[in-house]
Amino acid sequence: MKKLLILAIGLLLPTLGWGAEGGYTYPHDKITIDWHDKAAMQRGARTFANYCMSCHSAKYSRFERVGKDLGIPDDLVRENLIFTTDANGDPTKIGQLMTVTMTPEYAKQAFGVVPPDLSLVARSRGVDWLYNYLRGFYVDESRDIGINNGVFPAVAMPHVLADLQGLQRPKYKTVTTDGEEHEIITGFEMLKPGSMTPSEYDQMVHDLVAYLDYLSEPYRQTRKNVGTGVIIFLLVLLILAYFLKKEYWKDVH
Amino acid sequence: MSSDEVDSNRRRFLTAGTVVVGGAGTIVAAWPFLSSWSPSARARTAGAPVQADISKMQPGQQLIFNWRGKPVWVVRRTKQDLATLPKVDDELRDPESRESIQPPYAVNEWRSRKPEYLVVVGICTHLGCSPTYVPEITADWEGGFICPCHGSKFDYAGRVYQGVPAPTNLTIPPYYFVSEGVVMIGEDGAAT
Amino acid sequence: MSEKQTSPGLLGWIDARFPLTKMFEEHLSKYYAPKNFNFWYFFGSLALVVLVIQIVTGIFLTMNYKPDGEMAFASVEYIMRDVNWGWLIRYLHSTGASAFFIVVYLHMFRALLYGSYQKPRELIWLFGMFIFLALMAEAFMGYLLPWGQMSYWGAQVIISLFGAIPWVGDSLTLWIRGDFVVSDATLNRFFALHVVAVPLVLLLLVVMHILALHEVGSNNPDGVEIKKNKDANGIPLDGIPFHPYYTVKDILGLVVFLILFSVVVFFTPEMGGYFLEHANFVPADQLKTPPHIAPVWYFTPFYAILRAIPNKLLGVTAMFSSIVLLFLLPWIDRGRVKSVRYRSTAFKILLVVLVISFFGLGYLGALPVDDTRKFMARVFSIGYFGFFLGLWWISKNETTKPVPERVK
Repeated sequence: MKKLLILAIGLLLPTLGWGAEGGYTYPHDKITIDWHDKAAMQRGARTFANYCMSCHSAKYSRFERVGKDLGIPDDLVRENLIFTTDANGDPTKIGQLMTVTMTPEYAKQAFGVVPPDLSLVARSRGVDWLYNYLRGFYVDESRDIGINNGVFPAVAMPHVLADLQGLQRPKYKTVTTDGEEHEIITGFEMLKPGSMTPSEYDQMVHDLVAYLDYLSEPYRQTRKNVGTGVIIFLLVLLILAYFLKKEYWKDVH
Repeated sequence: MSSDEVDSNRRRFLTAGTVVVGGAGTIVAAWPFLSSWSPSARARTAGAPVQADISKMQPGQQLIFNWRGKPVWVVRRTKQDLATLPKVDDELRDPESRESIQPPYAVNEWRSRKPEYLVVVGICTHLGCSPTYVPEITADWEGGFICPCHGSKFDYAGRVYQGVPAPTNLTIPPYYFVSEGVVMIGEDGAAT
Repeated sequence: MSEKQTSPGLLGWIDARFPLTKMFEEHLSKYYAPKNFNFWYFFGSLALVVLVIQIVTGIFLTMNYKPDGEMAFASVEYIMRDVNWGWLIRYLHSTGASAFFIVVYLHMFRALLYGSYQKPRELIWLFGMFIFLALMAEAFMGYLLPWGQMSYWGAQVIISLFGAIPWVGDSLTLWIRGDFVVSDATLNRFFALHVVAVPLVLLLLVVMHILALHEVGSNNPDGVEIKKNKDANGIPLDGIPFHPYYTVKDILGLVVFLILFSVVVFFTPEMGGYFLEHANFVPADQLKTPPHIAPVWYFTPFYAILRAIPNKLLGVTAMFSSIVLLFLLPWIDRGRVKSVRYRSTAFKILLVVLVISFFGLGYLGALPVDDTRKFMARVFSIGYFGFFLGLWWISKNETTKPVPERVK
């Protein structure tokens, strides 16, 4: 019986190949985020506050929490990360949620879509996608906003980081799939350089994505730490429970 | 059946050990659930101090501010109002504010930092209703606050009269003057 | 006549007014279970534990969750970030939901292996099947509550299946939703059902399931009826009291389960997007469907059957039949030998075909459709339904090995 079941599972293994999806995007690099590198996340927080938060809220997250988790003192948080005021004209309090002042109506008019909240974007899209997306903007004269993106075709977001990255142009290659010819992007070449070199820009994007990863699950490190303790405890309990069972079951048979 | 004798000591030890460790684990496991009842980050933020603009207050006026979901009154007392305070000492339950809750800088005859401004939590110490401000001085009322729910009476410094259900004087919250016309309710501020 | 022993003290006071000791003896210390329970017999008690986990964590989630279309998504993030230990309570509940189905599927498979649904245990099986239905309803409604993209569109798709029913379909879907599309009205009623109604039904069914079991006595891996051989005191020779032997063994099984459970909760709660789907981290958008809607993994086998048939009504009928056939298993199986250990090779092959088909269907149900996959889904659907057909066919005159009198 057991042999037959093992055979059954074995026969199923080749079917894993059926999951492979098509869909080509460029760039398509992979990154890893080091959660112990708080400095990178701090830099990312600053980039986010300066370049993203005019349009994108992070409205499930609080400034104070970001400061405490990333080791940024309260006054530095207020100086460097909070640029909004509340209804009375007072600066947004540090314990408040990271909302944005752009109204959805204005956003729809300006961009056609409301810029999505980014608190959870690292969990819905993934860090790889974000890293590639932010480096994938290129010049496209056929569009109103003049740019396009190799990861997110016909995106509505302007290239807000253009002054840092510069403007690039895609290099194409023609390929045939399923008997049809189409062009894919195989690289970029710089048209007009920005204030950062490509490796500096990549580093900055990496830090920003690290921050977004943190923002999507701030308690991740705590979760793992508690988990380690729980597993160790359960292993101790396992040993006790095992001997207890063995002891009582001496009676049986 | 088994050939060995039942080693009941071993059984008792193992059972006790498992129960104790398992029980400890259960109590530790209960902790997050109990802790989830404590104020969340949102509640703690909402409990933050409140800035009160009193720059345009008229003498005799009462303003109400929301601090931690509670009404905090700021009353701009006139000289006449302040004069009533020593007069009613005999009719009060606790004229020296020995039993009530107030910061050290409110332990004085006006129960406030500045005599002119009373800052007090507007919740009756009986069962929690918010008393009404009754400033008009008449033959048998020296002015102050009267609670509509069960009739408790407080003077111009929030001190409770005798013969009413409320047991103690109204609570004075921590506060300080950020400037002439601005009070920060909920924080003591620098030592004054 | 036996003497009535009265316990001293508090216990005696209670026993004179409530059958506490009597129930303890009847269902634990003097309930005689076969002594040869194996790995497959852990999953009943584990299912009970997961039910308790879901209820406790569910109650605490309800303390902070807001069942309103405008506030639901944000309230879940509030729980995850602002409520002390809220993230843990949420992950316990989301992992518990998947764990429930893993445990229940394995528990059901045990019944197939050892013929636990056969006479005289048909009613236990039926109660169990109703529990399975209630569990699916509970999970489906629970999944709408986070109000993410997958929650919303998954509900939209599954509720519109009811539109396939002739005559009443459209009115029925309007009535279920309470609105023209899945909306706040749907969310609120699913919340009430998920938190109160279905849990009560589940608890009742579980009690009946266990009472029916204890009335007849447990089956075992040899399919031997232990009550046929009793000693002078009327105690089955191959039976051992459930307490302390199976309480102690189930505690061991529980600890192993908790270790695996904790690894998921603390180290990989998303499980690669299968326990917490990526699309659900985006708030529900009534105007934009995500590129790829899939039900949660535990529904994918049935979803694959639905999609294998290109006709809406027939697809729905096939999907429902796949579950109805399970209800009828005690009567489809005309054999009288219970355990796979003594059944024919034909039966073993059928069981393997069922397992492969179920896994295959489950895998395909999570993926978007293309021609190859549709073909394979049809093959596996035939395998799945073929199990029931084949079982009915071979069980009448099955060549079985001799079943022992006593447990091995």
